Amino acid sequence: MYKSIEDILCQAKEKDKEFWEIVLETDMESRCVSMEESMRTMEQMLEAMEDADSKYDGNLRSQSKMSGGDGKLLEEYNLSGKNICGDFLGKVMERAIKMGESNACMRRIVAAPTAGSCGVVPAVLLSYKDYFDVPKDKLIHALYVAAGIGKVIGENASISGAYGGCQAEIGTASAMASGALVYLQGGDNEAIANAAAFSLKNMLGLTCDPVGGLVEVPCIKRNSHGAVNAATSAQLALAGIKSAISPDDVIDSMRRIGNEMPADVKETGKGGLAVTESAKKILVK
Amino acid sequence: MEIFDIIGPVMVGPSSSHTAGAVRIGYVAGKLLGEEIKEAEILLYGSFKDTGKGHGTDKALVAGLLGMRPDDYRISESFNIAKEKNIKITFGEARLVDAHPNSVELVLHGVNGASIDIVAQSIGGGKINIAQIDGIDTNFSGEYPTLIVHNLDQPGHVSEVTSMLSHKLVNIATMQLYRSFRGGKAVMVVECDQKIPDDGLKWLTKIEGVLKVTYFEGA
Repeated sequence: MYKSIEDILCQAKEKDKEFWEIVLETDMESRCVSMEESMRTMEQMLEAMEDADSKYDGNLRSQSKMSGGDGKLLEEYNLSGKNICGDFLGKVMERAIKMGESNACMRRIVAAPTAGSCGVVPAVLLSYKDYFDVPKDKLIHALYVAAGIGKVIGENASISGAYGGCQAEIGTASAMASGALVYLQGGDNEAIANAAAFSLKNMLGLTCDPVGGLVEVPCIKRNSHGAVNAATSAQLALAGIKSAISPDDVIDSMRRIGNEMPADVKETGKGGLAVTESAKKILVK
Repeated sequence: MEIFDIIGPVMVGPSSSHTAGAVRIGYVAGKLLGEEIKEAEILLYGSFKDTGKGHGTDKALVAGLLGMRPDDYRISESFNIAKEKNIKITFGEARLVDAHPNSVELVLHGVNGASIDIVAQSIGGGKINIAQIDGIDTNFSGEYPTLIVHNLDQPGHVSEVTSMLSHKLVNIATMQLYRSFRGGKAVMVVECDQKIPDDGLKWLTKIEGVLKVTYFEGA
């Protein structure tokens, strides 16, 4: 059992195990399931992410008509040869937007940790698979890394925009994805923790102020930003850079900041972007 | 919190509370009715009423009533499917006071004459709470095998139910008792760790003073 990122690191050190193994063992203990059962469930999550990614339809529009088709635009731009972010990041951005749009258009996705932030983790994982030829079991391990980070955040702060603002949703997703990416690229447990801290620090204070209260504007595009933030954070950590603030302290800061945020910018649609002239015009349509 | 609350659930978007939770509410409500639905009145409250359409909450509730789960691809088609099955669906506003912001009241009528009135809440992350059944306050998630017994408020019914469960080696996870007034009608909600065998349920229905036995295996 672990209650903090520090707990995971300590237990991994004591038992000479990897980050993901501690998360897996705790799941087996907590839900009384075998290793096979737990890993089969995680495999199903991975397969559902792949399925959702492959079924993107650029012609779909959401019920509100606010979203749809942007993933297709990114795909076309990535293919045009003018990509300024590099192939890997270009694909990460495209996947994140596509998944966010699929969610808005009532397609099947995997909440990770929420539906609104469902694009971040698969965008990073599936693009890594494309570019670095990684076996499936390693991707499943990476999902355990992500889940362990998300669970600590969920239990010590929040993964709900209504309680903690968007830092709790895209912020958490980004921290999860960055840790997973560090693991995939061969970083050690400390580096995983540092990457999570970097990601979350950069997202602190992010508001949840969607237009019309719907999981569309700005949520879909924030999936792309959260995914790129994860890649940036992973690279910093892999280079050996350490976070001056420990991951658990960053998570605690997120909790305090979330509590201090006014209700208007916590999924109520009463503040921030949601009350702008642009938003009002969109809603009239 | 478990790791599959973080990675998961697999669900049709766009919102875990307004879509996945709404499907689960419909699903559990349909099971509580206990027979095929003929007519459903769906009364929305709070954020469900204000942002429900954009989130597909209306389609999600109907999908759940039709027996779909939160990951069912046909959720967005639920209105058409209900129409094909000749199920009459009407929408309105719920007259609830100070309720949870994501609340809905469902008034359901079945093909064999059963009816039930349920108030349910979507409390986040796809999790739900059944807050009222036929005007009596309740509080359960629908995640466990759940037994609901309507009975007269008189001595002995609790022990009859618990004896049956003990006899069938079913462990009780939570148990709640509610009544409208002393000596009136009472409701017992028992969430269990194991499934309850059919013969145990049948036995309960024959007890004098037991008005209605509803059971479903969790969702």
